[in-house]
Amino acid sequence: MSFYDLIWLVPLFPLAGALINGLVTHQLGLKKSVANIVALIGSGLALIWGWAAVLQWYFTEDHTVSYVVKVFSWISGGDLPLLSGGTAPLEVAASYQVDPTSAVMVCFVTLVGFLIHLYSVGYMHSESDKAYSRYFSYLNLFMFAMLTLVLGSNLLVLFVGWEGVGLCSYLLIGFYYEKEWCASAGMKAFIVNRIGDFGFLLAIFFTFGWFGTLEFSELFAVLSQHHGDALVGAATIIGVLLFIGAIGKSAQIPLFVWLPDAMAGPTPVSALIHAATMVTAGVYMVARCNFFYQLSPNAMLVVAVIGGVTAIFAATIGLTQNDIKKVLAYSTVSQLGYMFLAAGVGAYIAAIFHVVTHAFFKACLFLGSGSVIHACGGEQDMRKMGGLKKYMPKTYWTFLIATIAIAGIPPLAGFVSKDAILAKAFEAGYTDLNGFGGAYYGLWILGLCGAALTAFYMFRLVFMTFDGAFRGGEEAEHHLHESPWTMTLPLQVLAFGSVIGGLLIGFPGILFHKENWNFIEGFMGPMILGAHGHGAAHAGGHAVSFGLEWALVGLSVTVAAAGILVAYRWYKTDPEFSIPNAMAERFPFAYKLLLNKYWVDELYDATIIRGTIGLARFCWEFDARVVDGVVNGTRHVTVGTSFLSGIFDLKVIDGIVNLIGTINQTASRYFRRLQVGFTQGYAMVMVFGAALLLAVFFISF
Amino acid sequence: MFESHLLSLITLAPAVAAIGLGLIPGRYERLVRWLAFGISLGIFFTSLLMWMVFDPSMGGMQMVEKADWIPQFGIEFHLGVDGISLLLVLLTTLLVPVVIAASWTSVRDKVKAFHICLLLLTTGMVGAFLALDVFLFYVFWEFILIPMYFIIGVWGGARRIYAAVKFFIFTMAGSVLMLVAILYTARVHFETTGIWSFDYFVWLETASQIPMGGVWSPQMLVFIAFALAFAIKVPMFPFHTWLPDAHVEAPTGGSIILAGVLLKLGTYGFLRFNRALFPEAWEKAVPVIMVLAVIGIVYGAFVALVQPDIKKLVAYSSVSHLGFVMLGLAAGTISSTQGAILQMVNHGLATGALFLLIGILYERRGTLLIADYGGIATVVPVLTGFFLLVTLASIGLPGLNGFVGEFLILAGSWPVAPAAVVGAGLGVVLGAVTMLWMVQRVFWNPLSHEENRGLRDMNFREVATVLPLVLFIVWIGVFPMTFLAPMEAAVRLLLE
Repeated sequence: MSFYDLIWLVPLFPLAGALINGLVTHQLGLKKSVANIVALIGSGLALIWGWAAVLQWYFTEDHTVSYVVKVFSWISGGDLPLLSGGTAPLEVAASYQVDPTSAVMVCFVTLVGFLIHLYSVGYMHSESDKAYSRYFSYLNLFMFAMLTLVLGSNLLVLFVGWEGVGLCSYLLIGFYYEKEWCASAGMKAFIVNRIGDFGFLLAIFFTFGWFGTLEFSELFAVLSQHHGDALVGAATIIGVLLFIGAIGKSAQIPLFVWLPDAMAGPTPVSALIHAATMVTAGVYMVARCNFFYQLSPNAMLVVAVIGGVTAIFAATIGLTQNDIKKVLAYSTVSQLGYMFLAAGVGAYIAAIFHVVTHAFFKACLFLGSGSVIHACGGEQDMRKMGGLKKYMPKTYWTFLIATIAIAGIPPLAGFVSKDAILAKAFEAGYTDLNGFGGAYYGLWILGLCGAALTAFYMFRLVFMTFDGAFRGGEEAEHHLHESPWTMTLPLQVLAFGSVIGGLLIGFPGILFHKENWNFIEGFMGPMILGAHGHGAAHAGGHAVSFGLEWALVGLSVTVAAAGILVAYRWYKTDPEFSIPNAMAERFPFAYKLLLNKYWVDELYDATIIRGTIGLARFCWEFDARVVDGVVNGTRHVTVGTSFLSGIFDLKVIDGIVNLIGTINQTASRYFRRLQVGFTQGYAMVMVFGAALLLAVFFISF
Repeated sequence: MFESHLLSLITLAPAVAAIGLGLIPGRYERLVRWLAFGISLGIFFTSLLMWMVFDPSMGGMQMVEKADWIPQFGIEFHLGVDGISLLLVLLTTLLVPVVIAASWTSVRDKVKAFHICLLLLTTGMVGAFLALDVFLFYVFWEFILIPMYFIIGVWGGARRIYAAVKFFIFTMAGSVLMLVAILYTARVHFETTGIWSFDYFVWLETASQIPMGGVWSPQMLVFIAFALAFAIKVPMFPFHTWLPDAHVEAPTGGSIILAGVLLKLGTYGFLRFNRALFPEAWEKAVPVIMVLAVIGIVYGAFVALVQPDIKKLVAYSSVSHLGFVMLGLAAGTISSTQGAILQMVNHGLATGALFLLIGILYERRGTLLIADYGGIATVVPVLTGFFLLVTLASIGLPGLNGFVGEFLILAGSWPVAPAAVVGAGLGVVLGAVTMLWMVQRVFWNPLSHEENRGLRDMNFREVATVLPLVLFIVWIGVFPMTFLAPMEAAVRLLLE
């Protein structure tokens, strides 16, 4: 037995923690320290076992194939006819797999997850004992679901995790359930995700209906052998349906509306679930199912367009928001857009790479904002902050590092992964990928503009929060303090990761003629259909000339620097923010459009939500007046349905029906009055029933 | 000896016990409760024994018992169990002690009569699931009506008489038609063979020989008569309006039995009689059933969404859930049928548990209106936890039972009727909206009513009552093979 043979223990450790905290610690109202220890052990064991299993697997097994561990047979439902002819047994196992993609995911999910558990110890300390254990129970449960999601070896186990993380998201967004907006935000998240999951489920049915299996490795094998056109249609449908699921989970247009509201949850939750891990599940799923997309140019284009447009769309909203967490939320939506843009141009590895680097710097930013909010006594409005760097230097420095990373300044992690994406997008235009070169060029330009906006709004956030003078009043200023070590240590680790993570796992060797220095490309290559080991990097490398690669790097750095400079000029050198204020006055419509997030929520409320409620009310009225009206008004219609109409006189039946009613009413009246009346009423009905039986029998023969 | 009469023991013991209970003076209420509880628990354990004796590899009927009853007409006391009825009998015998425990403090009037009704009901339900003589089935089927009628009409809410009569007449209307169809089929059999028989196995051979043609052909009419009786019971759209009234007025125990078991008699009837006896007519009716099922799923979910009354909301969502079962049966693949049967059990467990928990709230607060609650999670955390879990089961969260059933139904129906699956999928989304919105308005949000501040959380008895249901909800969700394996052979046999 090896660590990776027991890979399923990785999700089970946090599940055990969740159960203990939820059922024992919470119910008995034990102290916070107990809940702490349980939760940290749960996520800590997942971290240790996960890394041990991955490392052991890496050094002992062939890591160009999936190592599948079947735990038990979950659902089995007999043979089903397939669309392609023939039948296949519907057998789904609870099985897990270790392969490069899941290995990368497990490593960063357990690491970031553990750090955020640690951070939560400090952040949540003012909660009551019960709320505290409830919080950690949910957080551990989330780890279980997320690890199930990334380790599952088939679509259905992935879906279990997928729904599980959705549940935990619901519970944690609505953690402060006594506030209506928190409870509503939780529900909104769940429902919007459900809409996406509907697409996912259909994709599962379609996949099984076509291929007779849901196992990734089997699907990969089947699809890698077919290069004809026969499967393109199936791949397109499945790809698009799966992507609908991803749109919901990863908050892309048009289902992104739940993510900004999700900030109602405690900040560590925002960092873990709504930035680093859960929301990237859609990207993971698309990368995992690359074998469908690779066969379907149309599905790829859909992914790229939605991703690219979301990237810039969300970035523009981020420009004007004043709530520190809202800025970060839209930033997350935007960054997820970049990941899908990468997936849509076939750069799945770059997408996963950005998932990992983003997890570090965005978790760092969220936790940093949590530290700020913590210090400001719950205040989230940046207009009431300012000058915090002298009160909380550790938070400031880590936050600044993560901001530089996300802004795309070399050689930090965000630069390396984002530049990889932009280069691939350009390349897709340059090589006229699938004949959609023009579209891909357009998306590349959107991505580039988005990079400038990202740099701008992130530095705007930093300057408004940490520079200048404090604007929150004297009393609040009095309370400003640096956070305890349990909060700053995770910040430091994450900031460190934001610095070196990019070069470490995804060294842009292409720029130095050292393609094989790029670990992640070589490692994950075999999992991507059509890419042959290191070939993927090579194929890309030669499409665009060496000089052009460097020019692209130069361009994206310039763009980022421009964004930073504008932010510096507008928000750092002028404490009154007079330029942006003037801009807002000069272009009131544009400003309001962005400030109100393009009124998308209002639009949905007016159409979908009101429409649904209206339709529901109509159905209810219809039910009460028409369906039940028929019943109440004309009972004989029901009774005398066609069958007996030739034999029976309708009035006789109606008479009998009324008689039944009368007798029964009388019987029950007696029954209520008389202690022993029970038998009488009972007997009367029996006698009547028998009489009716005989009557029917004689009449009908 | 014991094993060879196991089925009649499970079927008849409750009725015998009911008679015995009748001999005890009504004022010994505690004794009556404990006796009834003990008896129902004993019956549950006996049915567990049946499960252990049961051979899952066999598709046919097992532990068959047969005795003459009315020999002139070839009517027999004929019982048997296969993988399909096995689960439903287990569900029934599980729910009865749960109902007795749930009614421990909520039923205060005529305690003895209530328990007698409940035990008689048990005989009727178990008998209907086990009967292999069609006439015997009909007798049990009708017999159920009477105690259920009293349970709603006597221990129910304010409009209980209206609801009870509506329930009675609706069901009666269907049953009359079914009776005529049964007698007609028996007569056809008599005319062709010269002997009277209501034997299910005999009918399997002969029922399909009734002349078959268009809608007005005899076989089709017989089929429709059966189908109507069952459609009312399920209830399928548009025969469902008795259900919300019955649920709202019924006492907690009545609602649990109604949702948990009685509705399943309808879906069970479709499978056991319509599907198996008249395969040709079934094929013709499938499109109609499927359309009605999908309408039921979507329509039920829509109507449920805006109900102001918790019980009515759950009742309408039952219409939606039973639509899934009918869809699975209509699609008729092995997967979808297994899913449908499992979903019958799942719905019984989840909705039973929901009504149980709603009853606990009602007992304390005396209202079922959603608007009278809000924010009570802080006051009754244990109840909230259970309610949330059961809600999640009912909206099909993976890892809990509802998902397995829905998945099998939808995956199994997909190759046959993808459009129906897409329609049903809408119901999945709407179902989640309905239930979670209700949970939000009842348990989350600010505590808006001062009188809710003093609500007591669940006590030990109440937790112990709901725990077995929750246990099965999780068990079926994680290890559904325990329950799917025994039914597979039976489903295969029935469908082929």
